[in-house]
Amino acid sequence: MKLNKLTLKNAIDLIDRKEISLKDIYKDVNEAIEKNNKKFNIYLSLDKKAEETAEKEKNKPLKGLPIAVKDNFLTVGLPTTASAKVLDGFMPPYESTVTKRLKEAGGVIIGKTNMDAWAHGSSTETSDFGPTLNPRNPKYLPGGSSGGSAAAIAADMAITSIGSETAGSIRQPAAWCGVVGLKPTYGRVSRYGVVAMGSSLDSPGPIGKTVEDCALILNQIAGKDDNDGTTSSLPVADYTKNLKKGVKGMKIGICYIDNPKIKGTPVAEAVVEAGKFFENQGAKVDLLKTTLNLEKGKVLSHEHAIGVYTVVQRSEVSSNLSRYDGIRYGKNRSNFGHDAKNRLMLGTFTLSKGYADKYYVLAQKIRSLYLKNFQDLFSRYDLLISSPSPSFALPIGSLGDDPMFGELQDMLVEPSSLAGNCGISVPCFHDEKTNLFLGLNIMGNYFQEEKVLQAAYAFEQGTKWNSWIKMLKIKY
Amino acid sequence: MAKISKDTVDHIARLAKIPVSEKEKTDLAEGFNKTLTVVDELFKVDITGVEPTHQVTGLENVFREDKVDVKKMFSQEETLSNTKNKHNGYFMVDQILPVD
Repeated sequence: MKLNKLTLKNAIDLIDRKEISLKDIYKDVNEAIEKNNKKFNIYLSLDKKAEETAEKEKNKPLKGLPIAVKDNFLTVGLPTTASAKVLDGFMPPYESTVTKRLKEAGGVIIGKTNMDAWAHGSSTETSDFGPTLNPRNPKYLPGGSSGGSAAAIAADMAITSIGSETAGSIRQPAAWCGVVGLKPTYGRVSRYGVVAMGSSLDSPGPIGKTVEDCALILNQIAGKDDNDGTTSSLPVADYTKNLKKGVKGMKIGICYIDNPKIKGTPVAEAVVEAGKFFENQGAKVDLLKTTLNLEKGKVLSHEHAIGVYTVVQRSEVSSNLSRYDGIRYGKNRSNFGHDAKNRLMLGTFTLSKGYADKYYVLAQKIRSLYLKNFQDLFSRYDLLISSPSPSFALPIGSLGDDPMFGELQDMLVEPSSLAGNCGISVPCFHDEKTNLFLGLNIMGNYFQEEKVLQAAYAFEQGTKWNSWIKMLKIKY
Repeated sequence: MAKISKDTVDHIARLAKIPVSEKEKTDLAEGFNKTLTVVDELFKVDITGVEPTHQVTGLENVFREDKVDVKKMFSQEETLSNTKNKHNGYFMVDQILPVD
């Protein structure tokens, strides 16, 4: 077996036991990059000295293993563009907290991955440097905006990776690429040094091969950061400690499968199947009804969440993208692509005199209703499950010129993202004909990452959908 | 119902300092109106007595020490390392006042 196919957990154990060398891992990872990077367009930049750095990190928790990082994290020594021409050639003078913590733990950033430009999108097609192809089937999109990171994992071009999510940008590409993606609670992981998109929503998180790999990375990156005032000072758990505890006695609610977009489709069927799995494992599972107005015990429809998310996100985008003046770094404002212009200008409108109350404040009020709805649901249920996407991966070119493509793709995660809850996507179906996957979105209340990971681990171990899980049982 | 005209796009472009061509103005206006049709659904929601949410996990008044952190400071060289227009250790900017 090629060593680039190792999970993070597996690689750490084998290095600890001195059964394999870092050199051998890098040889196979580099070979995969050499062979496939041009074809899939995954890495925008690579660190040629990664292997050299790795040798010095062997005794730290992450052992010098190669990690792919989305190109919106500032990295000293590697260019950071957020896949936008405006930032082409930008060399960050400081390090993002996430990558700083990974490096301190012995992780090595092997390269920066392609994404939707400025993280605006759900397909990686809005990248100013061309789309990434889905390694599972190159006729299809990897999803987005963290499409490059999810594809790097699916193509075994890194041992694990980092993405960021505003609404769906970790979980949807993880689902489409058949990998695992964890969106932490807002404020659990620092946003310092991440090219900002929607500052009240942005949540950096791991995209990896297994649930355990995501837990291992979250252990390193989670926690209070003095450089980000919105991070929580709540203590960080050892997320691997209770992984194997299972779901016995948990209460789980199934959401959105009565949504007209997915009702009766394989997407809804896979979620119902997952519900049966949890029931067999000793959880109490309820099918929840969707409602248009707040009603106790029911799930508030995504319908208004699309509008709320659109207004909040575009308003925050317009504010965040106002800093790019082309004076101190980057190129001038004529270099914004069509999609970025579209978003930041509409956001300028919704924040402008006479419209801020009408749109922005209204959206933030309706956002409160979603928060209230999730507080009600999480007072009844430990976890909620649904799909992170209404479909399988879509074919290359699906974006077209629809200004709402991303918002419609992410409709099933927008409500919980607006509320700031955590969630994980794990593979829950594999279509052998197309080689494409579906993901199961397991959502938890604020700072309930431990519980979310516990259920995801049980699902991953008890089902056959994870591509790497069997390898953990192979002896070397 | 068209709400955003080409003139409004022009106004927004000036506020956002984004150069847009005539063709783009038409495209953007069309896109904005399409997006606002979805957003219009929000006007139907009853929000009587509901306060807006700006911070989801309930943090309030997060302060930091009012102290200079030398470790976080850039040297002049670092500060200027990413600009294409500099002169004698300064950033060069476009002229904003007209010459009489």
